[in-house]
Formats: sequence, structure tokens, C-alpha cells
Amino acid sequence: MNTNPSSTGQHHVFRKLLRHPSATIGASIILFFVIIALLAPFIATHDPMQTDITERLKGSSGRHYLGTDGTGRDIFSRVLYGSRISLKVGLIAITFSLGFGTLFGAFAGYFGGWLDNLIMRVNDMLLAMPSILLAMVIVTILGQSLTNAIIAVSIVYIPQYARILRASVLKVRELDYVTSAKVIGASDIRILVTTVLPNCLAPLIVQATLGIGAAILDAAGLSFLGLGAEVGVPEWGAMLNENTKHIRKVPLAVTAPGMAIFLVVLGFNLLGDALRDALDPQID
Amino acid sequence: MLSYLIQRFLSIGLSLLGVSLLVFMMVHLIPGDAALTIAGERATEEVLAQLREDMGLDKPLYYQYGKYLWDLVHLDLGYSFKTKEPVIDEIKRYFPATAELTLAAMAFSIIFGISAGIIASVYRGKFWDYTSMSISLAGISMPIFWLGLMLILIFSYYLGIFPATGRLDSVLSLDIETRTGFYLIDTLLMGNFNAFRNAISHLILPAITLGTIPLAIIARMTRSSLLEVLNQPYITTAYAKGLSKWSVIIKHALKNSMVPVLTVIGLEFGYLMGGAILTEHIFSWPGLGSWLRDAVESRDVRAVQGGVLFVSFLFMFVNLIVDLLYAYVDPRIRVGDETV
Repeated sequence: MNTNPSSTGQHHVFRKLLRHPSATIGASIILFFVIIALLAPFIATHDPMQTDITERLKGSSGRHYLGTDGTGRDIFSRVLYGSRISLKVGLIAITFSLGFGTLFGAFAGYFGGWLDNLIMRVNDMLLAMPSILLAMVIVTILGQSLTNAIIAVSIVYIPQYARILRASVLKVRELDYVTSAKVIGASDIRILVTTVLPNCLAPLIVQATLGIGAAILDAAGLSFLGLGAEVGVPEWGAMLNENTKHIRKVPLAVTAPGMAIFLVVLGFNLLGDALRDALDPQID
Repeated sequence: MLSYLIQRFLSIGLSLLGVSLLVFMMVHLIPGDAALTIAGERATEEVLAQLREDMGLDKPLYYQYGKYLWDLVHLDLGYSFKTKEPVIDEIKRYFPATAELTLAAMAFSIIFGISAGIIASVYRGKFWDYTSMSISLAGISMPIFWLGLMLILIFSYYLGIFPATGRLDSVLSLDIETRTGFYLIDTLLMGNFNAFRNAISHLILPAITLGTIPLAIIARMTRSSLLEVLNQPYITTAYAKGLSKWSVIIKHALKNSMVPVLTVIGLEFGYLMGGAILTEHIFSWPGLGSWLRDAVESRDVRAVQGGVLFVSFLFMFVNLIVDLLYAYVDPRIRVGDETV
């Protein structure tokens, strides 16, 4: 059975996206950082971990484009390598939270009853806490490291996806084509995967795009608090934390990684906003 | 109304019970020996045994949770492993600083956010609309820790207008009699206007830092909500009566557009509690956030448990107040009233 309402629908969405200026700007920013992340070893002028005490706290120069930090590491190279970490954090966190969120939301919405109640009550409880606070609870449990920060951020965002998916499953579940799939004897799991889920994707795609930005921001926040990436790792938030004490001497050491976080998050937010408009059939 | 209140309090109670269970489970979710993690690798066997007994780790789980709840009801959050002080006392000590910062940030974001939203909707599609909406989109993507550092760089180091850290100059802080813990109030009560001015100058940068993202979100919400109201027939009627543009907007449109804005403000309060942790770290602000960060770093479980419970409670409480405000702003909503 063809579950896609129409294949021209996708072209339509794509055309709407192309017309949307924030989609183009957002996608360009993201593409820019993906290229930087891929080419970091070729563009970087120094080893991002290499310390050099004789070169510490230098301003920008031909040798160090953005100057050096408190242990003489090259900030330009560290910012480049930082894009690898942040994009990785965003992607892993989104995969994990989207996966589990979808699973919980689909089960809660499709099966209903006590399962729905249980999942949604836990959900509400987790949503009742500010995200960074919940992430801090998880870091307290697991201990401090970049991996644990990623795990923390992933868990924090599960409830949002679960809630969104449950809402759309509840709507789709009652539609005629789901009933007809039941009538021809398809199993619940089969109906969920092949009939219900593909028709709930639009809000998830929007939320996931915005979610990557949010995950990157939260992970950087944890590292900035000294509760994420280990000392020395070229993670943007951790760089901000380490270099804050030298902000007077080398302002670039703080300006550059912060600007990088800002731009990446802005890119995902712009694209997410544009996707929301493009996927909304009411806006044309 | 009364039945609604009771219902809301019950639901807050249930949510708190849930959070308390989660927070209680923290100790048991720590991989390996929880006591060893908390006391540190070098703890002696005696210390560990004492710790296990204090936390009741040798008792069955339901007993431990029951005892935890019992203590909670008696406002006993246990002792911090690091400072050896009751957690509740530490929360009391650090909370006023955070409350002062959060309220200042909220005031800043509400005043400027609603104004920006009004301007954007009145000049829809014109220069001011694009300007304020672009700024607010940028505001949403801004890492607040970076914004704070940039403000310090510009206003403290380059221009020298505002101090970069703390709540008061250290010279002045010696004379402060702490009554409410809110320095703006305490200094006024003492009649020490010099210290009052100093406290304000310390508060401005952190409040702007913390308030910027809520400002952006409030501005966007005000704009879209106001635009919707401005399309209503009664607005046309108001214009037809010959009222001026601003009188229509302020007297007729604004109040009716405030319900979604209030919702956002309530939700942003949760964000503020989280953002306060980052803001306090940037400005060395001696509040609950800095305290909680230190507790997480040293894995001071009792302190983290208490802090998280307290903040969650505040968040739920504020949202209750926001719900009650709906009824005031929009009389068509009389919450819980069956006749509607």
C-alpha cells in the first residue's frame, strides 16, 4: 500500500524551502561547518592539542591567526577541530533522543491505556525540570566526561520527541487508511512502522532540526560549567571556560569559540524554522 | 475556582512525588559503590560505613524512599557531604541571590520583550518589524555564556561602566546586614544608598545576560499574538469609533493578546532557573546556580538532590501562578468553572 499521500507533495515542500531565505542561509551555515569539520586536518595550522609555553597568550599574527591560549595552543586550529566535536555531539544526541522518543511516543500513542499513562507521566516529570538541570543530575550520576555529557543531553531531549510523536500518532491512528490496514489483517507493529510513522514525520523533522542546535548548545553549556569535556579537549564550551580568565589579554580566545557555537546553533534554528513553514500545509 | 485550585495542588503534589522519586533514585543509579563515589577514593572504611548508615544504604529500597519522603515533609534535605551543613540551610542562604537575579532578568525581558513585540506588530513588514524580529532570532540562538562574556568584555573591560563579577564591591559587602538576602532591599533598609547603587550596577550585566533569550521569545510571541487580535472585528469597531491607533492597541488589543504571552513567560521561568546556573558561573554570582554547579562537580549527592527538588518545586509553583493570572487577564477563561 502506498502510504505517501503523493510524491509531488515532497517536491512541493522542497520548492517552498528553496524560496525561503532562512532555509538557504541556515543550510549554508551548516554546510560551511560540515566542510570545516571534514577538512580540519588540512586547514589547521597547528596540532590543536600541542601546548607551547613560550607562545602562550599571544595575539593574532601570521603564525597564529586567532592567537594562542593560556598554554600556548593555537586557537584557530582548536576552533576548527571544535566543529568536529560539536557536530558529532549534535548528531549522536539527536539520533539517540529521536530514536527513543519515537519509540516511547509511538507506543504510548498507538497502544494507549496504562502504557500511555506510564510513559506520559514520566515524560511530564522530566519536562518539569529545566533541561540543563536534568543534564546536571545525569552528570552527577555518571561522572564528568564528554561522553557522559552527550548521554545526558540525549536523555534530556527524549520527552520532547515522545510527546510530539504521541500527539501525531493519536491523530493518524483514527484515520481510515489505518483502519483499512487493520481490516486486511496487518499486525500492530507493521501498521505502526509502515503506515502510522511515515505520516507523523513532518513535526519530528522540524523538532529534530531545532533539536540538534539545542543539543549542541546544552553540551557546550555543560562543558562551559566544567561538567562536560575534559580539560584540554578542543570543545568550544570548554575553550570558553578555560580562556575566560584570559579574556582581557586575548579576547579572541573567547570571542572565536563563542561565535562558532552561535553560528552553528543559528544555522540549525534558521533551517528548522524554514522547515516548519515549508511542511505546514496551511502556509502557502 | 476552589476545586480547580485543589486539583492543581494535587497535581503539583503528584509531580513533586515523581521528581522526588527520580532524585531519590540518583544515589542508586550511580554505577559501582555509591558511598565510595560520594566520599571519594581515599575515604577510610569507617567513613564509608558511617555514610552507608546515614544514607540508609543497607536498608531495603522502599524503606529508604519512605524515610527520604518523611524527612522531606519535615524539610530535612540531609547534610551536604562537602560542607557538612544542612542542605536546606545552604539553599536558604544562596536562594535570595538567585531570586534577585532571576526577577531582575524577568522584569528586563518582559518590559523590553513586550515593547519590541508591539512595535514589530504595529509596523508589520516594515523596517522595525524586520529589525526586532532578526535581533530576536539571533537572541534565541545566542549561547548565554558567550553573551555574558562579551558583555563583560565590552562594558567592564573596554568601557569600564559596570563591574564584571560578584553582587557588591568587596569593601561594601562587609557592612551589609542581611535581612532579606536581596541586596537591593537590604541596602535600602539600611539607608545605604551608596551600596544600593553599587548593587544595581552589579546586577545589570547578569540580568541582561539572563534576560535576553526570554526577551526574544516574548517579543516573538507578543508579535504573533497581537497580529491575530488586530484582525478581530472588535478592533475594526474600535477604529470605526474614531479611536487613535495607539489607544486601540494599548486599551483593546494588548490585554486580549496576553494569554499566550503569559504562557510563554511561565515556561521561560523554567529556562531562567537553568540559565541562572550558567549566568552565575560567568559572573561569579554567589547564588543557587553556582552552588549547584559546585555540588555536581564534587558529586555532593545530597546537595544536588535538594537543589533539584527545590528548583522543580519553584518551577511548578510559578506555572500555577501563571495559570491563575490567565483568569485575570482574560475573563472568558474562568479556570475550572464548569459553566463556561
